[in-house]
Amino acid sequence: MANHFKRFSKTLLAAATVMAISGTAQAETLRIALAGPATGPVAQYGDMQKIGVMAAIDYINANGGVDGMELEGVIYDDACDPKQAVAVANKIVNDGIQHVVGHLCSSSTEPATDIYEEEGVLMITAASTSPSITEKGYEMIFRTIGLDSLQGSLAAEYITGTVKPERIAVIHDKQQYGEGLASTVRDELIAAGIEPVMFEGVTAGDKDFSALIAKLQKADVDFVYYGGYHPELGLLLRQSAEKGFKAQFMGPEGVVNSDLAKIAGDAAEGVLATAPKSFDQNPENAERVAAIKEKGEDPTGPFVFPAYSAVQIMADTIAAIDSTDPVEMADYIRNNSFDTAIGTVKYNEAGDLTESTFLVYELHADGSKTAAQ
Amino acid sequence: MTEASLYLLQQIINGLTIGSTYALIAIGYTMVYGIIGMINFAHGEVYMIGSYISFIVITGLLAMGHIALPVILFVALLVAVLVASSYGWAIERVAYRPLRDSNRLIALISAIGMSILLQNYVVLAQGSRDIAMPPLISGSLVEFGSLETFAVTISWMQVLIWVVTLISMTLLTLFISRSRMGRACRACAEDLGMTNLLGIDTNRIIAMTFVIGAALAAVAGLLLGLYYGVVNPFIGFIAGLKAFTAAVLGGIGSIPGAMLGGLILGVTEALTAAYFPSEYKDVVAFGLLILILLFRPTGILGKPEVEKV
Repeated sequence: MANHFKRFSKTLLAAATVMAISGTAQAETLRIALAGPATGPVAQYGDMQKIGVMAAIDYINANGGVDGMELEGVIYDDACDPKQAVAVANKIVNDGIQHVVGHLCSSSTEPATDIYEEEGVLMITAASTSPSITEKGYEMIFRTIGLDSLQGSLAAEYITGTVKPERIAVIHDKQQYGEGLASTVRDELIAAGIEPVMFEGVTAGDKDFSALIAKLQKADVDFVYYGGYHPELGLLLRQSAEKGFKAQFMGPEGVVNSDLAKIAGDAAEGVLATAPKSFDQNPENAERVAAIKEKGEDPTGPFVFPAYSAVQIMADTIAAIDSTDPVEMADYIRNNSFDTAIGTVKYNEAGDLTESTFLVYELHADGSKTAAQ
Repeated sequence: MTEASLYLLQQIINGLTIGSTYALIAIGYTMVYGIIGMINFAHGEVYMIGSYISFIVITGLLAMGHIALPVILFVALLVAVLVASSYGWAIERVAYRPLRDSNRLIALISAIGMSILLQNYVVLAQGSRDIAMPPLISGSLVEFGSLETFAVTISWMQVLIWVVTLISMTLLTLFISRSRMGRACRACAEDLGMTNLLGIDTNRIIAMTFVIGAALAAVAGLLLGLYYGVVNPFIGFIAGLKAFTAAVLGGIGSIPGAMLGGLILGVTEALTAAYFPSEYKDVVAFGLLILILLFRPTGILGKPEVEKV
């Protein structure tokens, strides 16, 4: 009996070895995880990332793949929930995927980076702008988007230099992304000698802002900077218009979304926002834009081309060093420059872009945006 | 009037508006609790479904074009109330009636399950994103106070919310105090077993309680949908929580208590946001709930429970 079992286990071991070998031999696809919200109130941003990544993958596969490998995108849904992001990161590691594009919301990206760094998984986020993500000295974490602090400084500069309002209120949604940005804007304004008359948080998911609007009216505010995402700003704009509160509103790229205009209606006209440059309007990307439009998808989202570039950077690195080892790749990425859909990309030691990619835009009621004067 | 008092007035107006809708939803919690002593945690989802139905109807009618706004609103109200009522009835029939004689905790768990089921069903059917509707009712009834300092505005939408809430509450009060069914309803709240022995079909009365609660929640769903202009599948949870707080605040089981509780909660929230940073809104609202429960466990208008022999 014992003998039988021994023999059986040997056979099993042999079979497993054969299967493992054939497994490596057949590994002609390289799976890339797309981590971000596929459901939940900010799922649009997950779509933008998907559109960009899938377009890049399709293009690379159609042109012979990378090192003879086909790329395959695998979607993981973190719903922009930090708890779920950790579960997703663990699942990606367990699934044996070593290359991640994502996550999206900074509050989800930050807890996930700990796991990727520890497990040696390469991660490039195309959307998370919170400075603290790259402050820990991690080796495996990169971005294809500028930092919050840069975006906040740009906004503050524009407010003091161009808009020159008299009484400014800074409102945020108490989340890492929104409050972080709002604090930067407030600090820069104070540094420039303008003290905001109000600095307050609202609860994300809240629907009723009538009390806040009355307060803004009473404080005679003529300029509101909102740090947060479009669902709350949309309602704030809509209710302000109903209450006859007329001030200039400004937000970060988290509000740049055609849904803002759907929620706010005409009140969305003229809202200012800092957003990554419109890469879809860059003539060099015309072919890529056409390919995305052909699939019936929208190439205008702010994260589409940063996500596209993240895949390009991974593919170029693999082709250059002839290896998919994430640690070697991270080393190469840090020390070289890349020609991508968002222009020439170069990284500093922390894994941040050396050049800012933000501009101030004016949003319109039809959901479009134009560069602000 | 001085600027400070105008500002206070505006915040009270804002608070009464949101409070009215809390009161409408709270009725559903309090009536069900009054009769079968159970908390229907799926009630917030019925409100959410009512809001979705009214959105669908309004969008559909707007697409047809050339229909007068009052007609659109009336049809939306009617359909939302009918659909939500049938949900209310079906929830009771499927999830609560079979469990009525078992431990209360089991019905409570069934209610939470029902709530999750409904929320996810709407996510699957309608998607999880915000759905927006263009503003239908704009402009304001009055604006007073000087424009340089502070002007109080009462918008038409706020007036509509007050009027519809007032009509609904009056109808409900008349129904409970004057009609035969209402009397049976009060009898059930007093002593369910005894009412049954007296030959009243208590199952029917309980089902009717769910239908009334759901109908009022659907009214709130339509009003808040119009007021905010957006709806998503997750609005039921927080609205349910607030309305439940309002019901407990006013004294759970008491209908006037639910109305009062809703208004108090709404005004408290607005005043907190007015004089403190608005992020403290929920802290103060729920802190108030804890205080009331500590010093008056039956709520403001609730009667202490009499031991039934």
